[in-house]
Amino acid sequence: MPAAAAPLLAAIEVARRDPLSGRLLLQPFSLDVFAGDRIVLTGPTGSGKSLLLRSLALIDPVEGGGITLQGKAVHGDDVPGFRAKVAYLRQRPAMLEGTVESNLRIPFSIAAHAHRRFERDKAVRLLAAVGEGPAFMAKLARDLSGGETQLVALIRVLQLDPCVLLLDEPTSALDHDTTLAVEGVLNTWLDALPMRALVMVTHSATQAARMGRRLLRMEGGVLSGAGRAAPAP
Amino acid sequence: MNTDYLHITAVDLGIAASLILVNVAISLALRLELEVRWLIAGLRTVVQLVLIGYILEWVFNLRHWTLVLFILTVMTLIAGRVSSRRSPLAYPGMAMDGLLSVWVSAWLVTAFALLVVLRVEPALDPKYAIPLMGIVLGNVLSGVALGVERVTEELQTRRDQVEMLLSLGATRWEAFRAPAQQAVHAGMIPVINSLTVVGIVNLPGVMTGQVLAGQTPEQAIRYQIVIMFLISAASGLGTMCAVLLTYRRLFSADHRFCYWRLVPRPGK
Repeated sequence: MPAAAAPLLAAIEVARRDPLSGRLLLQPFSLDVFAGDRIVLTGPTGSGKSLLLRSLALIDPVEGGGITLQGKAVHGDDVPGFRAKVAYLRQRPAMLEGTVESNLRIPFSIAAHAHRRFERDKAVRLLAAVGEGPAFMAKLARDLSGGETQLVALIRVLQLDPCVLLLDEPTSALDHDTTLAVEGVLNTWLDALPMRALVMVTHSATQAARMGRRLLRMEGGVLSGAGRAAPAP
Repeated sequence: MNTDYLHITAVDLGIAASLILVNVAISLALRLELEVRWLIAGLRTVVQLVLIGYILEWVFNLRHWTLVLFILTVMTLIAGRVSSRRSPLAYPGMAMDGLLSVWVSAWLVTAFALLVVLRVEPALDPKYAIPLMGIVLGNVLSGVALGVERVTEELQTRRDQVEMLLSLGATRWEAFRAPAQQAVHAGMIPVINSLTVVGIVNLPGVMTGQVLAGQTPEQAIRYQIVIMFLISAASGLGTMCAVLLTYRRLFSADHRFCYWRLVPRPGK
């Protein structure tokens, strides 16, 4: 086991500013995500929850101490490899033209995943776990509903065995049963290896209660309940 | 060369210019309110070309390379300025990128034509350098304009896909590749089309001019063939330069897509 005290993913006094107006969108925050963490982030619409996830994934420009993965600062050409391990999923995920299967294959054309090969069985298994049959693989991306798009996008990253998932309302367009199935898949993924962690944004109090071991709150760009805390027992 | 070449007198010019009245009449009949603009445009054509004629005659007689270089530079600056103006989306540094793309590709291709293909002595003979640069610049200009317009538009409309690829661990280049391909493709199509139909659908201006001026068609087409390939290379290079420079401005070293730099051009 690596040093247990070091966080898996950490943000050190990170702030996010609107690049054009210079307005501070996220007040400086620190956040330690430990191995095994299940963090749920709640807060009103427009409070900056998505910005926080985008900042953690280094999709947006951040100021301050930066982001570390397993104690190492991430910048420059480390970033693609970092994002391959720390997977950020937006609420309304993007698909490319083509079928579900061709969309699931996208990561394997990227250098960061060059050492992997698309495993169709694994993808079919993951789809089955969220209630989609094998015929779903041939469905055209443009015909997918919002909920189906969320499922495909989640499986697109899960098949890559990421170590941190940053999920922005991953079940917002899903019915109750499918939501529970997705949560089950996420729990299975978390329990499979110790060096994994989940950070999830949700508006559902019941989902927060089911999935969260640590609850964070975002309000007007201010993150509360975070800090550089000790790992949860 | 000028054996059966008809001289155009001032009277002939006046008769030709009166053709503008056809357009004025159409405008009046259909109430297009374009009469004044037609007359001004016609006047500009005459004044601008007469002026250019005097300048060229002076330069051709002087034949001094510094003067030729100066004129080529002015032509390039004007083309470069126009090249990025058409795009509805702009980013900081776009005008500079447009100028650089035009400059590099037009000068490389023109230099190749003068030094390697035609082997003009001296290389900056204004009789060759200025018209060739003019033709090359015109085509580089549209290649750059198309490339910039298309790549910024692709990036804007596909921002979600670009960010999706980056989130999956794509490098900035991997995320940029599809929009770049689209843009370069779009920039090349018009040139391929013109190579395909040249001589069938239209007789290009240079060739027409040479034939009218008494050159044999056989020599005139040789010039035209050279020019067609110059145009192809120049517009291809220009489009690619423009797209690559856009990449440099809109993607950071941290493999981030700086979408906020892309803003609608005021007034478009």
